Amino acid sequence: MKKLMTGDEAVARGAYEAGVRYASAYPGTPSTEILENLSAYPEIYAEWAPNEKVAMESAIGASIAGMRSMVSMKHVGMNVAADPMFTWAYMGVNGGNVVVTADEPGMFSSQNEQDNRNYAKAAKIAMLEPSDSQECIDMVKAAYQLSEEFDTPFIIRMTTRVCHSKSIVELKDREEVTSKEWTKNPAKYVCLPAIARNLKVKLLERMKTLAAYSEKSPFNRMEMGSGKVGVIASGVCYYYAKEVFGEEASYLKLGFTNPLPAGLIREFCQKVEKVYILEENDPYIEEFVRQQGISCIGKDLFPAMGELTPDVIRECVTGEKAKLIEFDKSKLIGRAPTFCAGCPHRGLFYRLGKRKDIMISGDIGCYTLAAGKPYTAMDSTVCMGASISLGAGAQRAFNMDGINRRVVTVLGDSTFFHTGINSLINTVYNKSNTVNIILDNRITGMTGHQDNPGTGYTAKGEETTLIRIEDLVKAIGIKHVFVINPNNLQEVDDTLDKCLALSEPSVIITRWPCALKKFSKEDKAEFDSLFITRDKVDPDKCIGCKKCLKAGCPAMFYDKATKKVVINRAQCVGCDVCAQVCPKGAIGKEN
Amino acid sequence: MTKSILLVGVGGQGTILASKILTNGLMEAGYDVKMSEIHGMSQRGGSVSSQVRYGEKVMSPVIEKGKADIVVSFEKMEALRALDYLKEDGTLVVNNVEIPSMSVITGDESYPEDVLEEIEKHVKAKVVDATGLAREIGNEKAANIILLGTIIKSMGLEQIDWDAILEANIKPQFLELNKKALQVGIQAVAE
Repeated sequence: MKKLMTGDEAVARGAYEAGVRYASAYPGTPSTEILENLSAYPEIYAEWAPNEKVAMESAIGASIAGMRSMVSMKHVGMNVAADPMFTWAYMGVNGGNVVVTADEPGMFSSQNEQDNRNYAKAAKIAMLEPSDSQECIDMVKAAYQLSEEFDTPFIIRMTTRVCHSKSIVELKDREEVTSKEWTKNPAKYVCLPAIARNLKVKLLERMKTLAAYSEKSPFNRMEMGSGKVGVIASGVCYYYAKEVFGEEASYLKLGFTNPLPAGLIREFCQKVEKVYILEENDPYIEEFVRQQGISCIGKDLFPAMGELTPDVIRECVTGEKAKLIEFDKSKLIGRAPTFCAGCPHRGLFYRLGKRKDIMISGDIGCYTLAAGKPYTAMDSTVCMGASISLGAGAQRAFNMDGINRRVVTVLGDSTFFHTGINSLINTVYNKSNTVNIILDNRITGMTGHQDNPGTGYTAKGEETTLIRIEDLVKAIGIKHVFVINPNNLQEVDDTLDKCLALSEPSVIITRWPCALKKFSKEDKAEFDSLFITRDKVDPDKCIGCKKCLKAGCPAMFYDKATKKVVINRAQCVGCDVCAQVCPKGAIGKEN
Repeated sequence: MTKSILLVGVGGQGTILASKILTNGLMEAGYDVKMSEIHGMSQRGGSVSSQVRYGEKVMSPVIEKGKADIVVSFEKMEALRALDYLKEDGTLVVNNVEIPSMSVITGDESYPEDVLEEIEKHVKAKVVDATGLAREIGNEKAANIILLGTIIKSMGLEQIDWDAILEANIKPQFLELNKKALQVGIQAVAE
């Protein structure tokens, strides 16, 4: 059967067809939909882990126990998972194991654009790079077979355009694979130094065997044209290249990219007069080609950042800009993403941004948008969980320098469970005095609403133990814990005042669900007025001062004709933040 | 020859469903199809786009600047922003709707009053009041399917059995509305 699938859907489909029964992941754009799709197959056990390291370790455990397993993550997630991954490479698998990394050339929804092919090389793990959805299926299936044949985990390296582009795939039946037997084997699975030294020898041998295999892998192939130009490309760049260079050029399409096929590359380069290397981000293939003593055109011509889309390639190769329709660019207005109507982050950041002489240490999530206008309420963002620990460092430095500046750290519920917990333990243990705000919107919001340890549900939708953040932070040793409604601006102000006056660390939990969330029965029981009302402006009282608009709600606008503010009924969910901002009491509940 | 269709709009306007129906129809008609979307932060009130390419064999899932055969914009400002992608002799369909961005709401920028005039200085646009037309047939939210109808007509794809594709992708209670919306869209750009 034919179907249009995204690369993420196709990776899940490939795992399904390959008989995979165990999958774990932490959500992260553009990889999230892989596990979401895996969890929809009844034959596959799929779980959200609190972070990528845990996901990787669980998948390793399932493999050692004999079951085919998959772990998927966004590119920066691999930094978190790198610790087990490097040693996992030494050990080799029992049941086949595939690690999916979804890189983000162009940084559409990421804090950096690191090229994770470097991880495959550094960790000595075999790697495949699909170019479209059909290849996602084919490569995942091949990876499981090769993983068990060569006793190695496999990395599937995706990029945003492969993950989120749809193309036509052919669906096949699932092949049921029974688990391999587990037997005690410390010489393979206990990485003590003496054992690891033996395993390292095996690992180096395995890479040689894989290098020989890479030469004949069907995923590395030459397509010879009539012209003199040759292109070496991997991933979606192969299709970008074909769009630009057409049928006349020759192509070396590389799909098995660690280890790279030195012989095949030499053979290809001898057949053409000019070699372009087309790859996004780092000169991963290019450096290898140059190491072989072959001259080529790579990052000297093409950018080492962003996407290498056909227009970018064409401009680099021809030296000419594409002819575009000219228009007055000054007429363009920006359209940056914003907090949704009813977003529980609005009230908190609206008030927090007004505090003087504090440093706000932020984190990764929807709330990172608070850095921009109208809130300007974030002073740093690095990576998942960093807010609390970075804040502790900054607070200590200010204290040591005798600067009377307080540090407020801000992160979401899922981010707290991810790696914020460790940071908060550090804050308590090392006697910091930061104010730590956990935005508990009852879901992992940014990536499209995945359950997490605080929601009471698993990836499969089953009920589970709900870990209460307030209990957890008290258990760690935080003495000052406040659970507040962030839509209540007075409560926000009062709690901030209290915490900023303390000489000990505190935690404020702003507990209100994401306005877009599908509410659970527990949500409906806990939050009684849950988005069932609407606010409206009384035009007789509104003086058109626009103060309410500075709260940054997309459901409001200023009507130039009437010189009054209007609330869009279709969007408003009655959070009442604007009503509290209005100095004239002109905003109230709709009857 | 590969054809390129660009759908642009603002998060929540239904561009994704429109492009899903479009691509499924093209696949059923025997074309090779690729579609590319950027998810993530763009959902939260930001600009959104779906790129659809079809033909005998499609290479890149991404449309080059200056190469879209048709740009259909669900909002005026997004039409202007997408002009970079339109071919010189390409078709531009604009839904005559103005959605203020956050910078406009907070007063940091103002929405220019002459966006359509600026567009029409450079391109002969087909301006459609899809939102108003959708309201006339009973539901504003069907504007996306009306705009899909404008694509079908403009690209000469009427021979595909769109009713069957809608049946496979739309909830039964909204089916008749959307079938009607598609025809309204086709009529809206008929010469």
